[in-house]
Amino acid sequence: MADPAPEIGISIRNLYKIFGPNPEAYIDAVRQGMSKTELNDQHNHVLGLKDINIDMPRGAIQVVMGLSGSGKSTLIRHINRLIDPTVGEVIVGDQDVVKMSETELREFRRHQTAMVFQKFALLPHRTVLDNVVYGLEIQGIPRKKQEEEARRWITRVGLEGFEESYPNQLSGGMQQRVGLARALTNDAPILLMDEAFSALDPLIRMDMQSVLLDLQKEIRKTIVFITHDLDEALRLGDRIAILRDGEVIQQSTAQEIVLRPSDEYISSFVREVNRGRVISVDMVMTPLSEAEPGAMTVRSGSVLENAAKKMTEKSANHAIVIDKAGKPIGALDIQDVISAMVTPVDHTMVEDEEDAA
Amino acid sequence: MEWLIEFPAMDRDSLTAFKKAIDFAFRDFTRAYGDAFETALLPVKWFMFWMEDLLTESPWPLVLLGIAFIAWLASRSLKITLGVIITLLLIGYFDMWEDTMKTIAMTVVATLLAIIVGIPIGIVMARSNKVQTMINPVLDVMQTMPSFVYLIPVVMLLGIGRVPGLIAVMVYAIPPIIRLTNLGIRLVDKDVLEAADAFGSSSWQRLKNVQMPLALPTIMAGVNQTIMMALAMVVVASMIGVPGLGLPVLKAISNQYFTLGVLNGLAIVGIAIIFDRASQAYGKRLQKHLEVVHG
Ligand SMILES: Nc1ncnc2c1ncn2[C@@H]1O[C@H](COP(=O)(O)OP(=O)(O)O)[C@@H](O)[C@H]1O
Ligand SMILES: [Mg+2]
Repeated sequence: MADPAPEIGISIRNLYKIFGPNPEAYIDAVRQGMSKTELNDQHNHVLGLKDINIDMPRGAIQVVMGLSGSGKSTLIRHINRLIDPTVGEVIVGDQDVVKMSETELREFRRHQTAMVFQKFALLPHRTVLDNVVYGLEIQGIPRKKQEEEARRWITRVGLEGFEESYPNQLSGGMQQRVGLARALTNDAPILLMDEAFSALDPLIRMDMQSVLLDLQKEIRKTIVFITHDLDEALRLGDRIAILRDGEVIQQSTAQEIVLRPSDEYISSFVREVNRGRVISVDMVMTPLSEAEPGAMTVRSGSVLENAAKKMTEKSANHAIVIDKAGKPIGALDIQDVISAMVTPVDHTMVEDEEDAA
Repeated sequence: MEWLIEFPAMDRDSLTAFKKAIDFAFRDFTRAYGDAFETALLPVKWFMFWMEDLLTESPWPLVLLGIAFIAWLASRSLKITLGVIITLLLIGYFDMWEDTMKTIAMTVVATLLAIIVGIPIGIVMARSNKVQTMINPVLDVMQTMPSFVYLIPVVMLLGIGRVPGLIAVMVYAIPPIIRLTNLGIRLVDKDVLEAADAFGSSSWQRLKNVQMPLALPTIMAGVNQTIMMALAMVVVASMIGVPGLGLPVLKAISNQYFTLGVLNGLAIVGIAIIFDRASQAYGKRLQKHLEVVHG
């Protein structure tokens, strides 16, 4: 769990975005604390993003979550510079995307990034196959190679047999599979997904999440995944950043967000979460006191729901948490497990605990 | 009180001087550049004559089948193709074959020219709001100006005949194709364009792969209107020596030949319907992939 320091894939530094005819004029005021409402009411400019600093881990899924209008789409579009920042840096590798020339940027978009869109954004006049080859086609790769790659990914996302269909002949879920295949065929290390599953029905959305998690085990890309849905964020995110009114208000792992929401806004979200499926036993286990011979074992990293199910099946009140190698690392009490599953923690309680400690 | 009844116009001498000044200036211009224009338009002239010869000198059954085949390719409709054949047979039977072919040749060439010139102008207009605000009023004037007026400067510049006629027809018929190319490109879905950008399309690639294909149905509507306007103008242009169905109509007017006028008028209506149905059916077919098949 606690990798020492995961390699950074994308680093966003001091990024500000103000929308309006004369954004530079207000940057200092915003830096000194002018709020989004003040800027809008007094100067008719929209504060899109304010002092964003996020290190996105390489080869993992970084989720950015927030309500509609919080600036998620604006943020993700800075990574491939579909939107230019007012000030700030977006570092990928050793390059600052913000400083790239037109040609450098085009090459960067072609080879380093691929994107999946909320409304699919497929070319309606092209078949599935011709949509999926698009990235390679504009790179000037020979057609045979384009098709080989495209067909491989079409099969991989489960669309075999639909190569010659047009987008409008497919359901939403299938269209987004095309969007995913189009992005994957590009074989870029960074995958940008802006509310990629938000337009889909809940069941199909779950299905697509599984497809993505499954693929990610194999492709290990740096994925930036935007969502407004906390369950989706918790399910997919290796790390999660929460955005409100253009500001990052918490960034951490899923577990930490559920256990230690940093303010009332986040705890109001987290209250609705099925905690048993998010929190792992590692978060509630106590240090091993004495070895209990014959006690049942639970693997480190299991979620509370699974642990509780196992323990009740065997009517055990205690269990030992073991790591991958089978070494005991902590003790588990069924009382603690159940209370962690049912207690909605809010940030004031976390503070109380900390005070008591 | 007279000044209230009679409009206080410019006095006669100044007005004459004003008109003369402009006319002389234009005449000097035509004397200086008329030949240059004529030379520049040589390829157009050759193309025009080639097309006319193709339609009038080839055996009529071949031409008839050729036109029917093109109508079939465009519309994929048996009804339209059959309509084309019957219309052409009737035209031939009433001895208007040659004039009709000349009119078709002129209309086709003028439309092609309008497309070649109009689409790039429309593209430039779609790319810049400034250019759009400059060109739009010009198009407004062009579309409201009576068609006869177009003939005057062309005759001064190039004289009488097919080529000046062709230019007048082309200029008269070009506004719809420009307008609808501009509109079509501006209406392209922003999300799809953004996707094209995100994958690193150059500006030529986004024009070729996204903007033009998605604008095509709108552009086709413009082509359809341009064809109709060209056809109408080809008839008017017979006044400056353009051969075709317009000439017998002119003759019918001056000699009061009622039947001759009506027959030729009907032939014009016939080919107008052919052009209209075939090009509209083609435009519809282009949009087929946009129909939502999935329930
Ligand atoms: N081009 C723009 N001009 C002005 N305001 C904009 C523009 N794009 C986005 N905004 C504003 O920025 C804020 C964030 O928008 P967006 O990033 O689309 O939010 P989200 O994707 O989280 O719903 C919103 O208040 C929106 O109105
Ligand atoms: Mg959004």
